[in-house]
Amino acid sequence: MIAVLGVLTEAWGEVRVHKSRVVLSLVGVFLAVFAMTTVTALGLIVAQVQQEQAERAGGRAATVSVSAFDPATGLPPDPEEWDAAVAGLVERHGIATAATISWADGLYRLPSGTRLVSTRRVTPSYGSLHRVVPIEGRWLHEADRTSLSPALVVNEAFLAALGVPDLSSRPTVVLGGPRPVRAAIVGVVREGYGDELVVYRIDRSGGPWDQPAAAGAGAYQAPPSLELWVPPEQADEVVATVRNDLQLALPGVQVDAWRVDSEGMAETLAVLRLAIRGAGVVVLVLGGLGVLNIGLVTVRQRIREIGVRRSFGAGSGRIFAAVMLESVCATAVAGVAAVGASIVLVRALPLQDWLGQGIPLADDPGFPVAAAVEGLVAATAVGALAGLLPAIIAVRARVIDAIRY
Amino acid sequence: MSLLSLTGVRREVPLPDGSVLPVLTGVDLDVAPGEHVAVVGRSGSGKSTLLNILGLLDTPTAGAYLLDGEPTDRLRARRRARLRGEVFGFVFQQFNLLPRRTAAENVAAPLLYARGRAFLTRGRAAREVLDRVGLGARADQVPERLSGGEQQRVAIARALVRRPRVVLADEPTGALDVETGARVMALLTEITAETGAALVTITHDLSVAALAGRRYRLEAGLLAPLDAPADLHAATAARTGTGLVGTGQVGAVPPGEAPA
Ligand SMILES: Nc1ncnc2c1ncn2[C@@H]1O[C@H](COP(=O)(O)OP(=O)(O)OP(=O)(O)O)[C@@H](O)[C@H]1O
Ligand SMILES: [Mg+2]
Repeated sequence: MIAVLGVLTEAWGEVRVHKSRVVLSLVGVFLAVFAMTTVTALGLIVAQVQQEQAERAGGRAATVSVSAFDPATGLPPDPEEWDAAVAGLVERHGIATAATISWADGLYRLPSGTRLVSTRRVTPSYGSLHRVVPIEGRWLHEADRTSLSPALVVNEAFLAALGVPDLSSRPTVVLGGPRPVRAAIVGVVREGYGDELVVYRIDRSGGPWDQPAAAGAGAYQAPPSLELWVPPEQADEVVATVRNDLQLALPGVQVDAWRVDSEGMAETLAVLRLAIRGAGVVVLVLGGLGVLNIGLVTVRQRIREIGVRRSFGAGSGRIFAAVMLESVCATAVAGVAAVGASIVLVRALPLQDWLGQGIPLADDPGFPVAAAVEGLVAATAVGALAGLLPAIIAVRARVIDAIRY
Repeated sequence: MSLLSLTGVRREVPLPDGSVLPVLTGVDLDVAPGEHVAVVGRSGSGKSTLLNILGLLDTPTAGAYLLDGEPTDRLRARRRARLRGEVFGFVFQQFNLLPRRTAAENVAAPLLYARGRAFLTRGRAAREVLDRVGLGARADQVPERLSGGEQQRVAIARALVRRPRVVLADEPTGALDVETGARVMALLTEITAETGAALVTITHDLSVAALAGRRYRLEAGLLAPLDAPADLHAATAARTGTGLVGTGQVGAVPPGEAPA
């Protein structure tokens, strides 16, 4: 207990007395950890954002898209048959998530006039497959199929066009057509370029407004495409079997299947992260060499002092611990400061503008905890490594030579 | 029983050309508790080597060194370090104060390696000893701001702060002018006598040696009693305060060596 206190007192005394030297050696570690942590953090944020954006566009790895339509009429297959076929498929292949999306024109009566918006008719599972996270309200769910009024999830531009700031007033919008119906806006997502209007609606519902005739003659309804989330290594196999299975289940319908996620994205990101980490390690090693250098120079100057401490009864353990701890304490402090500075910098950067490419990010990417922890661990490790050699030299110094003048 | 006892102690140092240099060839020395022993000898005669062996900083090549009757050759490094801190206080020619640390911090430094109360109350203990050497008012000054004599008084305070049983002083006046040296030596003798610590002083200076109860000359690796009439004259002169730099030294110091 007293021994530990003694070592700490001694190390603190050293740090205090050698302030300028300590600060000097810390500048190197500070800069290195600062650079490494910042680069790592930015890299992780960029990677995360890119991954999210890619997934929002193409679905998670691996997403297989399946489309089906009658080649003679261009019409989608009968919904019941399609559902049954898909259910059978999902069950047979143990597919984790299957989502359906089709594009249908919708007429929305907005304060500025009626607008034709290409509406995404999706199953609730589409949300999880594309990582859709509403910034307000909720995503679509099964109950929306039986709801008395259609539920819509829109983007902020749509809300703005509607003239409401948020969902607190429970906004609604009238869907035009032969049978107008008032739809409730239940969620807001952050999507779309500029003032592009984005509307998600449940794929089908039982309401009379949802019969084909209700959309009005000539309203375009694309055939549904089915998206399947499968393990990446099974993607190719699924593409082949799904086409066969559906073809059999839906005679007279043409079935196409292909992979839509950004294939190889994961590998690219892994390489990117590795490169960033490598660069960080190089910077840190350079900083560590600086600390080591200063440590080596000063331990030689302090040999006499160490000899004197030996005469006080300091054992090898104490000498080693004191030199080592001094180094570790100092770099750990530098590490904390560097990580703090890095957090401040990363928070201050206009990442939203840089990374979103105009599309606002669904959620503000926080400072990656991994980068902060890594920075602290690295700083301490550098202190230990850089303190090791001077500590060994200090212990091995011959006392008699040390106090000889 | 002797506190320190050397019997037939030899110390050889290997030289770069492969040969060995015999520094001590058969030293016998006993030091009783509270005793003051002085060793004189020319430069390079092995005085510091002898003192380092006594202080457990160095080990004999051959011969026996008993501390409190216990052989020291089998001691483990940890225990040697412990004993060194607990039994001995060192005063060096070059003061060897820790730079940029105040006098009080310097004096407290040995207590960093002590245990229990001694560790926890080191600040107070340091100030008390500094008061005793007359530097209470300079406790917060760094050594760089102190004169040589004051620095050596700080070093004496530091050597005494752990209440050692033996103070080993290696040419404590070597870097001081004659008058300051005499005052520092008087203080060292007085204060060790007060605390009952034995004092082993190594010196070039016969007037310094004269303060000791027993005096030896180290020559050719051997200790011989120093009691030639000329030496006694110097010793008497020193004791009566009639002349700290006795002319008697000329006869005692071998030709070619000047007193420090
Ligand atoms: N580690 C060593 N390596 C080589 N030679 C050494 C070593 N230690 C001591 N010596 C030699 O042993 C001899 C005695 O050294 P020591 O320091 O004990 O002398 P000293 O009597 O204290 O001299 P001084 O009065 O100048 O301090 C010297 O010749 C010195 O060069
Ligand atoms: Mg010497």
